[in-house]
Amino acid sequence: MRILVVEDDLEAQRYLVQGLKESGHVVDEAADGEIGLSLALSRPYDVAIVDRMLPVMDGLKVVAEMREHGSATPVLFLSALSEVDDRVKGLKAGGDDYLTKPYAFVELLARIDALMRRRMPAGVRTRLDVGDLELDLLTRAAKRSGTDIELQPREFRLLEYLMRHAGQVVTRTMLLESVWEYHFDPQTNVIDVHISRLRAKIDKGFQAPLLHTVRGAGYMIRAH
Amino acid sequence: MRTKPRLLQTQAFRIVLVYVVLFAFSVTALLFFTYWNTRRTLDAQTDQIIEAEITGLNEEYQHFGLQGLAETVRARTLHQGQSLYMLSDSAHHMIAGNLDSWPQISGSPGDMVEFDYERPVDGKLESRRARGRVYAVPGDVLLLVAQDVHDRYLTERMFTTTLPWTVILILILGTAGGALIGRNMLNRLDTINRTSGEIIAGDLSRRVPLTGSGDEFDVLSENLNRMLDRIERLMKGLREVTDSVAHDLRTPLNRLRNRLEESAARLSAEGAQASEIERAIAETDQLIATFNALLLIAETDAGTTRAAMSALVLGEVAADVVELYEPLADEKKVSLSLLPGPPVVIEGNRSLIAQALANLVDNAIKYTPSGGRIRIRAAIADDGVELSVADSGPGIPEADRPRVTERFVRLEASRNSPGTGLGLSLVAAVAHFHNAELVLDDNAPTGLKAVLRFPLTTLRALPAAPLKNAAE
Repeated sequence: MRILVVEDDLEAQRYLVQGLKESGHVVDEAADGEIGLSLALSRPYDVAIVDRMLPVMDGLKVVAEMREHGSATPVLFLSALSEVDDRVKGLKAGGDDYLTKPYAFVELLARIDALMRRRMPAGVRTRLDVGDLELDLLTRAAKRSGTDIELQPREFRLLEYLMRHAGQVVTRTMLLESVWEYHFDPQTNVIDVHISRLRAKIDKGFQAPLLHTVRGAGYMIRAH
Repeated sequence: MRTKPRLLQTQAFRIVLVYVVLFAFSVTALLFFTYWNTRRTLDAQTDQIIEAEITGLNEEYQHFGLQGLAETVRARTLHQGQSLYMLSDSAHHMIAGNLDSWPQISGSPGDMVEFDYERPVDGKLESRRARGRVYAVPGDVLLLVAQDVHDRYLTERMFTTTLPWTVILILILGTAGGALIGRNMLNRLDTINRTSGEIIAGDLSRRVPLTGSGDEFDVLSENLNRMLDRIERLMKGLREVTDSVAHDLRTPLNRLRNRLEESAARLSAEGAQASEIERAIAETDQLIATFNALLLIAETDAGTTRAAMSALVLGEVAADVVELYEPLADEKKVSLSLLPGPPVVIEGNRSLIAQALANLVDNAIKYTPSGGRIRIRAAIADDGVELSVADSGPGIPEADRPRVTERFVRLEASRNSPGTGLGLSLVAAVAHFHNAELVLDDNAPTGLKAVLRFPLTTLRALPAAPLKNAAE
């Protein structure tokens, strides 16, 4: 995948670029907003990672300009600013996701994976399958090997999110943001308890577990 | 809807009302004085004429006796004029004069008296007012000398009948004028109040509009606007400082974390060094969490955050948090539930209120022993809206309660459990941001009851349809 990194802190930029390359991505980098914008408009990228505060041209402006010129590249904002309303501003300017510095690299990786996945035309799906687990989005019913699984509404949303990102690492923060719409870290890791409840419902009594814990990162649902 | 009582409460209306009453009183007093003075002067004139007449008649009597007096009276009454005479015996039989009969007179002889008499005017008999004196002439004869004062009497009557109406008219017009001025002032004040309300709600860019008349209200508005400019500048400065502090601390923290991650990646996962680095990363994350919490508290407390306010059904926000924490409570064998209550809608920031409530619930779960219970309730109280979290844990000693919302304060008993010591500070900051109050109370028989008390002004009228399905 082609990724554009626009980051003025060269140390952070080097780290990002190296990490992404090690994860198998092709990376271009820019250290200011103007260069970043011209790169974003001249080459096709699968994801752009843009720092909120950039010299020459502010990150918000870069993304606004990208959108103005018809670029649909998903953008992940990185920000060292204080949070409460900056997230909203970033998303309003045309960003697709928002990550506050300092971040864990796995978090960043999981989020750009999700952004790239979102970009792939999936069509309107009414059913999600992972191995023998199926989720009917219309009747809101879950089945594993033909056995009905009773799910609470929130458990359904949690499973749906995991299954939409099957094969990808999904972090606790991502779950909290998309399933519960909370943008703060609860002091206790409540997500783990929800996951273990869900796991008890979908994996208990079956040979092969589907819901896996990815150490130091989050969770992943996959068939094998 | 509330205009009428509000109008009566305005200072302008009250001032005008007091002024109108004083004015009516002064007008009445002034008119009475003028009336009294005029009447006194007129009466003095009349009395002088009567005295002169009597002096003349007395001379006649001295020279020519009763006969002469009667002659003179007859001569003087040949022509109809203002002067009235009547000479009669003790039984009031007329000897001479121009009155038809002896009038009804109260008062003793020698006093100046007023009485009514009748006389033909334009062929019709008319009752008129006169003023005069009765003298006893030796020989059982009475002499009445008077002046017709009917014109004065009419004026006086007109005055006494119109005066109450004048006063009533002054009161009515004055009150109406007061209401008009009051309403005008109210409108101007309303504009100022509305703008202030919007500013309090978070829009610091609003300014009070000026009418351009340069009156006191314009001066007040201008001063307010100048103050607002200053506050906005200060807030902006504060925001910039917060932003640069955030930026300047997060950037090196970011590098630090990146380096640690890089080092961890280079080392094999099993070694002692790797676990040291893992621990360093965890410490860094704790540092970051504390810093983020502090920053959020600072921003929320100062109100510099422009966190979006919207109408929230408090019960729904609470239901979401309960739903998030329910499995955790369940795991600890603590019953966590939201008590049913009326759908209370307030104006607030969902994320901040949810975070505050999450902190309270998190604490409650931490300190409530197995088998305990936590009850959350959103209710309307006398003076506002209450969102409460009541647990059956050990509670907080009364002496410690004011302290626990201070930053980094952790009670000795809880030092060892995880947490930054900022949880309740954030709750207090969120309360402050919403003009609400965090009250820590006893929960009978044991436990802590933490109450977020929102003022009535944040209470919103319930929309016709529910905003959002609580189950969603």
